[in-house]
Amino acid sequence: MGLESSKWAIIFLVCWLYKNVSCNSVEQKIYVELNNTVPCVRLLNATHQIGCQSSISGDTGVIHVLESEADLEWPLSKGPNPPYMVLLESSLFTRSIMMKMKNESNRVAGVAVVVPNTSPPEFSPHTTCPNENTGVYSDNYGPNLAHCNTTVWNPRGNGLSYEEFDFPVFSLKEDNETEFIKQCYLDHNRAVNGSAPQYPLCAMQLFSHMHAVTNTPTCMRRNDINFSINPEMVCDPLGDYNVWGSIRPYNDTVFGHKENESVVIAAARLDSRAFFWEVSTGAEGSVSGFVTLLAAAQALREVTHAAPPTRNILFAFFQGETFDYIGSSRMVYDMENGKFVIDLDNIHSVLEIGQVAVHSGTNLFLHSDPVSRRNNTVNDENLVNNLQSSTAGLGFLLVEPNVSQPLPPSSLQRFLRAQPIPGIVLADHESAFNNRYYESFYDNAANLNLTYPSDLSPEEQLEFVTDTAKSLTDVATVVARALYKQAGGDESLVNTIKADPKIVTQMLYGFLVSSNNSWFQAVMAPELKNILKPSPPEYYVGVAMSSTPTRLVQYLLANLTGAATNLTQSQCQKPDELPNESRQVGVPLDLSVCRWIDVQRITMLTLGVGVAVLFTSLLVTYFISTKADVLFSSTREPASAAY
Amino acid sequence: MTASVFFGCTFIAFGPAIALFLFTIARDPLRVIFLIAGAFFWLCSLLLSSLVWFITVQISNKESSSQQKGLLIFGVVLSVLLQETCRFGYYKLLKKANEGLLMLSAEETMPISIRQLAYVSGLGFGFMSGAFSMVNILADSVGPGTIGIHGDSQHYFLSSAFMTMAIVLLHMFWGVVFFDSCEKQHWWSLAVVVISHLLVSCLTFQNPQYVGSLVPTYIIVFLLGLWAFFCSGGSLRNLKLCLTCKDKDFLLANHRPR
Repeated sequence: MGLESSKWAIIFLVCWLYKNVSCNSVEQKIYVELNNTVPCVRLLNATHQIGCQSSISGDTGVIHVLESEADLEWPLSKGPNPPYMVLLESSLFTRSIMMKMKNESNRVAGVAVVVPNTSPPEFSPHTTCPNENTGVYSDNYGPNLAHCNTTVWNPRGNGLSYEEFDFPVFSLKEDNETEFIKQCYLDHNRAVNGSAPQYPLCAMQLFSHMHAVTNTPTCMRRNDINFSINPEMVCDPLGDYNVWGSIRPYNDTVFGHKENESVVIAAARLDSRAFFWEVSTGAEGSVSGFVTLLAAAQALREVTHAAPPTRNILFAFFQGETFDYIGSSRMVYDMENGKFVIDLDNIHSVLEIGQVAVHSGTNLFLHSDPVSRRNNTVNDENLVNNLQSSTAGLGFLLVEPNVSQPLPPSSLQRFLRAQPIPGIVLADHESAFNNRYYESFYDNAANLNLTYPSDLSPEEQLEFVTDTAKSLTDVATVVARALYKQAGGDESLVNTIKADPKIVTQMLYGFLVSSNNSWFQAVMAPELKNILKPSPPEYYVGVAMSSTPTRLVQYLLANLTGAATNLTQSQCQKPDELPNESRQVGVPLDLSVCRWIDVQRITMLTLGVGVAVLFTSLLVTYFISTKADVLFSSTREPASAAY
Repeated sequence: MTASVFFGCTFIAFGPAIALFLFTIARDPLRVIFLIAGAFFWLCSLLLSSLVWFITVQISNKESSSQQKGLLIFGVVLSVLLQETCRFGYYKLLKKANEGLLMLSAEETMPISIRQLAYVSGLGFGFMSGAFSMVNILADSVGPGTIGIHGDSQHYFLSSAFMTMAIVLLHMFWGVVFFDSCEKQHWWSLAVVVISHLLVSCLTFQNPQYVGSLVPTYIIVFLLGLWAFFCSGGSLRNLKLCLTCKDKDFLLANHRPR
C-alpha cells in the first residue's frame, strides 16, 4: 500500500465526501471557459495609442446580446445592472455602435464579436486613407493630392482599427460555446416587458490586460526601468525582416553606391492586419501581390541565365507596410546612408505589384505619380510601354487611369520621398480599391474566389489549377516580360517568358489554405518545418523576428530563382530593424470565462449569518467555559483537575 | 462582492469551532497537542479510505453511472467506518499515553482527564473534517461567480457551510460519547454513535434537496448534543442553576476550587 498514490485520491475524496453525488469540481459548476477567442490588442505610435485594453484583473459584465442598434439603449442607459458585456453579431459590428459604446464606456465592460463563417457584403476596419501621413503626398508635395482629396482609396473603411477603446474587445467563433452564451442570455438576462431581469444573471469576464500605454517614447522609457533581476518588458517594437534577392548576385558586405550599376526594383508587400490580433490573411491585400512577384521571379530564371539583361533586377518583399511602411522606409534609409548594397542613384525604375486579384473588368491599371511626371523629373513612359506591350497574347490590357490621381498607398511612395524615381504600381483598381475587406479578417481565400472541387484530397488540391491561379499567372507573365524588357534584355526572347500556373496555384494553396503541404515542406529548411501549420499563415508583422510569411517567401524566392550556380542563396535575406518612427504593441494575455454574477441579497445574507454565528458561538462558549465547573459537576471523577 | 460570501461561509462553518478553540483549548498547550493529534488521526483514516476509493474507481467501469453511484455509497460507508475505527484507535493510544504520563509525572493526578481528551479529540476530528469539506468550496467562492450556470441550485455555498458546522459539532459530540461509552464498556451506545455517523453521511445523498439533508442533520446534532452533555456530567439542575445565575451560591456551598 503506497502512500504516494493516495495523494491524489484525497482530491477525489474531498469531492464526494459529504457533498456532491458526482465528482465535479466546484469550479466547473460556476464557470465555463471559452477557448476560441482572439483579443484586440493595444498598439502605440509616436504620439497615440490605439486598440483595446482590459483592467488588470479582467473585466466582468452582465451579458447582453444586441439585437439591433436601437437595442443599444438597454446597456447604455436603461439597463439596471451595469456594467454590461455586449455580444455583437458581425452585422452590428459597425462604427456607429462601437463609438456609442466607447462614449459610455463606464457602462460597457467589454464587447464580444461573433465572427461568422461566411463574409458579410463588405467590411474594412482600416482607415479610408491608408498611411496618409507617411506617404509622399504632403503639403509640400502635391497638396491637392494629399489626404485622399482626389481619390479615396478605401471608401468602405470605418477606421475602427485606429480607435482607442478602454474595454476589451474579443472575437468569438460561431460554435457551441457562442450558442451556450446566447442561450444563457435568453434564459436569464432577457428583460421581459421592460422589467428588470432577476438575479442571478449570466455574466462574462474578459482578460486582455496590456502593459503598453500612452505612446512609443513613454513605453520605451518604461522598458528601460530595471528594478529587479528580471526586468519586465512592457512593450515590444513591431518588426521583422524584408526579403530581397537579385538575379545577379551582390556581395552583401560591400555597401553604398556602385559605379555603373543600374537596377530595376520589383517590389511587393508581405504583411497585412486585422482588427483582432494576428488573424489577418490579407489574401487580396498582400498575398496576391507577392505571389505574382514570386511567380514572375521564377519565370525570369531561365531567360536571365541564358541571356542576362543589361541591368540587374532586384526583387524586394517589404514587411510591415501596413504600419506606415516599416519595411520600405528602412530600405530607403539604408540606401540613403550607404548601408545597402546599392544606392538610390543606382535605381533605374521601380515596378510595384499592388492588389491584383479582384478584377472589376478585364483590365489592370498602371498607377504613377503625377507630380513627378508633371515636373518631367521622371520618365515613366518606357516602363509603361514595356508593360503595355507585354500583354500581347494574353486576355487583358494594362490601362493608365484617366484622371490625374495620386499613387495608391504603396512602398514606391517612400522611394519618391527620398528621390524622384520612375515607378509604376500595378493594381486591379482604377481608383478606389476593389477589395471589399481591406485589412480585415474577411480578406481570405473566399475573397479571391479560391474554390476547389469538393472531392479532392489536400495533395490534389495543392496541384489543382484554379481560375484565380490562372489569372494571376497571366499577370505574372506580364510582369516578368516587362521587367526583362525594362532591364534591357534581348527582345526576341521576351515571348518565351511564361509564368508557370502550377507554381502559382501551389503558392496560393500554401499561403491561403494550408501552409503544411508537401511542396512547402520540401522547400523549407528542415529545422523550420514546425512553423508550417494546416491553416494559412498569419500575415501580421508581429514582434518576433522572422514570422512565417517572411521565412516562407525567403525560402521560396531562393528556390524559385536559385539555380545550380547558387545565384541568390546568400543574398536572399537582409536583417531589418526599425527606424525612428516605430509602433509598439503590448504584451497581451487573453482568456475568457463565462460565469454568473452573485446575488447581492444572498451575499449580504451569507455574510450576516456568518458573523452572527461566529458571535453567538463566541458568547455561548465563553458562557459555558466560565460556568463549566457548575455545568459538568455531577459524576465528576474524584481526582480530576479543575476545568 | 463575493468576498462576503467567502467570509460568511467561513464564519458559519468554523465559527463554533473557532470559539471553542479560543476559549477552551488555546490556553492549555497539552490540549492543543492532543487536538492536533486527533486531527492527524482523522487524516489517517481519510488517507486509507481514499486509497481504497482510488483503487476501486480505477478498476470500475467509468461509463456506468449506477455503478459509480453504488461505488460512492460504498465509499461513504467505508470512510465512516474507518473514521470510527481511527477514533477507537486514538482512544486506545490515549489510554496508554495517560498511564505513561502518570508514571512520569511527579503529581498524583493526571494532567488531563479522559473526558477532556474525549472533547479535545472529537474537536480535532471535527476541525480536520471541516477543513477538508470546506476549503475547496471556500476557494471557489471568492471569484465573482456563483454556482448555477448549468442549472444547479444557488444555495450550494450556504448549505455546504451549514453542513460543515453540523459535522464539526457532531464530531465533537461523537468523541465525547464514544470515549465515555468505551470507558463504561457500553457497546450499544458505541453502535449508536457509528449508526448516527452513517446516517448523517448518507443524508447528504439527498443533496441538492438541501432541506431534506440539513434539517434531519440538525435534529441529530441537537440530540447528540444533549446526550454528550449528559455524558460529560451535565444535568438539568446544573443548567438551571447556571441560567438563573445561582451558581455562585452553589459553588460557595460546595467549596470547590476553581
